[in-house]
Amino acid sequence: MAIYTKEEARKILEKALSFSKADTCEINLSGTNSGNIRYARNTVSTSGYSSNQSLAVQASFGKKSGTATIDEFDDASLEKVVRRAEELANLSPENPEFMEPLGPQMYDESISYSEATANITPEYRAEVAKSGIEPAAAQDVTAAGFFNDSAGFSAMINSKGLFAYNKSTDTDFTVTMRTNDGTGSGWVSRDFNDVTKFDASAASKTAIEKAVLSREAKAIEPGKYTVILEPAAASDLLRNMFGSLDARSADEGRSFMSAADGANKLGQKIVDERVNIWSDPLNPEVPTSTWNGEGQPLKKTSWLENGVVKNLAYDRFWAKEKGVDPVPFPSNVIMAGGDQSLEELIKGTKKGILVTRLWYIRSVDPQTLLYTGLTRDGTFYIENGQIKYPVKNFRFNESPIIMLNNLETLGKQVRIDGNLIPYMKIRDFTFTSLSDAV
Amino acid sequence: MKRRDFVQYAGLGAGALMMPSLLLGKDIPTEALLEPGMDALVKKRMADVALNTAKSMGATYADARIGRYLNQYVFTREDKVQNVVNTESFGIGIRVIANGTWGFASTNSVTEDGIQKATEQAVAIAKANSKIQTDPVQLAPVNAYGEVSWKTPIKKDFKEVPVSEKVDLLLSANAAALDNGADYVNSALFMVNEQKYFASTDGSYIDQDIHRLWPTFRVTAIDKAAGNFKTRENMSAPVGMGYEYMDGLESEKLDGPAGLRLYRNSYDMVEDATIAAKQAKEKLTAKSVDAGKYDLVLEPNHLGLTIHESVGHPLELDRVLGYEANYAGTSFATLDKLKSGTFKYGSDVVNLVADKTQVGSLGAVGYDDEGVKTKKWDLVRNGTLTNFQAIRDQVHMIDQNESHGCCYAQSWDDVQFQRMPNVSLEPGKDKYSISEMIKDVEKGIYIAGRGSYSIDQQRYNFQFGGTVFYEIKNGEIVGMLEDVAYQSNTQEFWNSCVKICDESDYRLFGTFFDGKGQPSQSSAVSHGSSTTRFNDVNVINTGRTV
Repeated sequence: MAIYTKEEARKILEKALSFSKADTCEINLSGTNSGNIRYARNTVSTSGYSSNQSLAVQASFGKKSGTATIDEFDDASLEKVVRRAEELANLSPENPEFMEPLGPQMYDESISYSEATANITPEYRAEVAKSGIEPAAAQDVTAAGFFNDSAGFSAMINSKGLFAYNKSTDTDFTVTMRTNDGTGSGWVSRDFNDVTKFDASAASKTAIEKAVLSREAKAIEPGKYTVILEPAAASDLLRNMFGSLDARSADEGRSFMSAADGANKLGQKIVDERVNIWSDPLNPEVPTSTWNGEGQPLKKTSWLENGVVKNLAYDRFWAKEKGVDPVPFPSNVIMAGGDQSLEELIKGTKKGILVTRLWYIRSVDPQTLLYTGLTRDGTFYIENGQIKYPVKNFRFNESPIIMLNNLETLGKQVRIDGNLIPYMKIRDFTFTSLSDAV
Repeated sequence: MKRRDFVQYAGLGAGALMMPSLLLGKDIPTEALLEPGMDALVKKRMADVALNTAKSMGATYADARIGRYLNQYVFTREDKVQNVVNTESFGIGIRVIANGTWGFASTNSVTEDGIQKATEQAVAIAKANSKIQTDPVQLAPVNAYGEVSWKTPIKKDFKEVPVSEKVDLLLSANAAALDNGADYVNSALFMVNEQKYFASTDGSYIDQDIHRLWPTFRVTAIDKAAGNFKTRENMSAPVGMGYEYMDGLESEKLDGPAGLRLYRNSYDMVEDATIAAKQAKEKLTAKSVDAGKYDLVLEPNHLGLTIHESVGHPLELDRVLGYEANYAGTSFATLDKLKSGTFKYGSDVVNLVADKTQVGSLGAVGYDDEGVKTKKWDLVRNGTLTNFQAIRDQVHMIDQNESHGCCYAQSWDDVQFQRMPNVSLEPGKDKYSISEMIKDVEKGIYIAGRGSYSIDQQRYNFQFGGTVFYEIKNGEIVGMLEDVAYQSNTQEFWNSCVKICDESDYRLFGTFFDGKGQPSQSSAVSHGSSTTRFNDVNVINTGRTV
């Protein structure tokens, strides 16, 4: 399937819109090509390629809406899908929370597309796998990994004169290296919009080193420890905090962001004053589309500033109810970091635990944002500024809010899963039991 | 955290949060759900295009899956319908073996041209990957079944039940919750119909029509002055049944402890919502648990998730072998433990079976997604580990020559692989009721419904919460508890199993969303059990102040 250009997409969308007889009409068009390779036991296992495109029409009469979708774009198909959406709108109950489509908007030009990523071949994917498998096999280590690439576009138009277009690419890579004696395991994750920034060999080497270093871990007592969380570990816990940014849930009293007497925590200091978190679709390290599915422009937005809740996300309906401007949810997360490298953070730690990543994180109490989960693939004891030995994995029960109040030091930022998250040193992180898992 | 997951998670309201993105196909009008779809003869012709193209390009094996996935979801909150969504997804996935290596490609262009191109892509991937292949694929033999079909035995097709009837039922349940003290209630009905056509170069053409349904709700009670809230979710299970599950038959209800109502093969949503509202309120002032050792009495709709995580997953052969090492993990239940024939997974009363045929279960199909007829087999017998779950390309690694028939792909555009069958705990043989079990416990906790769940990547250490918790003292329920989670080790836990209620208490737990694989795929699976007692389990208090 072709990735349509802005003009090709506009032509299809304008044609579809020309068939509309509804009060308002909004049409989204998107397409994605994606390919992947999976390997395990030092050999390739499954791989695949898929290609999808679709056009969705939302037609509305008053507060009644209907949606219909199609994957063929000739004139007859376009007219058929518009008629279908209109028929469905006529049959639907009124939605008291219906919001009319937005009028024309100004969008920044996004930087989320890379031609090199769009041109990835099956041979390239096989090379990625090979660059992990060969060095692993040479060191009595077994590689299991996954590389996925995608290229796509999305565009929208509506009867109020709005038009938006974006194309983007993405790559995701993870590899787990396990020593063949079954006592060591290491892991890395890399993701980029532009595949030319990706070094599969270097990433695989890091995972192999971690696997070898983590062999024959010692058991130490669970309890409260100073931890250095690698960005992958920190990011997993922070994700859950961002799920609570929704203003409506907060105002309704059913979120961590709810406060006593029906208020919310906007303007309250909830974590250490060194915590600053924002989103920015134009950050060159983590670029995203500059508009969302409703056609709202996405701009740089501050969420936590000096530990204070600066914004909550208001959808258009809730913003109207509350008499405020809508605030769209972020498309990425950037947390301010410091200057220290991982090595420097370790050097400055008297006693602590280095955590590579966290696993199987689940909510225990949505009121306090308490989460449980386990460490995985490289957990090490630090003493007097040095890694002393690997330790067995722990189960933790911890809240990201408590964690960010117990902040010791912020280190350098790293891109992880489309976000920029720093290394962080945290005191009194709560480990509640030991796990035998490697 | 994947950015797209994060954005989905963050950008949706509470109701929409209950709808995972993977279920979304393209939207269609309600009446289009009843359209028959492609005729089986045409599907056969299309599938043959894929098989013939693959063979002509040098593939030694090929299968084609033409899938039409029809879904309907109804979402409400309080007195409002938030959304009625009908979706259809249609396409073909082609899997081949060339040079001893798997290749897969899919397309939603189910035409001769589209299928040929996708097949060429699948073969090209197989050939590119064969250069780094060191362990060529070996398939266990399978019968050629010719042209056969299978259908979930349903009484009422959800597609024929008017949307207004479904909306009325959800709004009635919401009203019952609000009348009984709930501040908010979200409810939803998920209905799924998979129309799957499978063909392979081994000589099978299999047409299947599979139905699943899941009613859910979440009731929230708020202490506004304090800024606290508690939720209570439904006690229903997702089922491999038709809309008849929603009939609320009295004959399928059981009386649980402390006024609980428990449901077998028929669900009374209004009654459950009424009880849920009262319990959500009660949770706001329930006693916080004292951490320590307790005897646990676990209700089937709770225990099912513990079975899923601590038995279902560790006994998947692909995990044991390391195929899932980079994502879900491996397993403590290693090959040598199976081969020893003496590994005590649990106490003598523990019998765990895998089953792809159980009527009403989510896993029930006639044939799996690589054309193997389904069956039932033992995993743990009298506490001893006896088998794993395996499919055609891996079963030879445990010296068996017949696939267990548990291969599945979530859609036509995903490659099929080994997925968990229904894994269930057999009921106790002697007559024994829930009330008798509670009477026998001195210091314990009764836990019903699913809650928080987490387990490590080799399935040793786990922690589970629940929906409602009741303290048992000297054989009696003395009150509700909160902040309860239990932590244990799989082998230790199953060896602490002392007693299982009889089959009159047997019920199925289930989930639509068992995640595995890369790219991640969801699979629906049920787990049956009767109420079961485990002695001396470590309980922690999860209350915190922030």
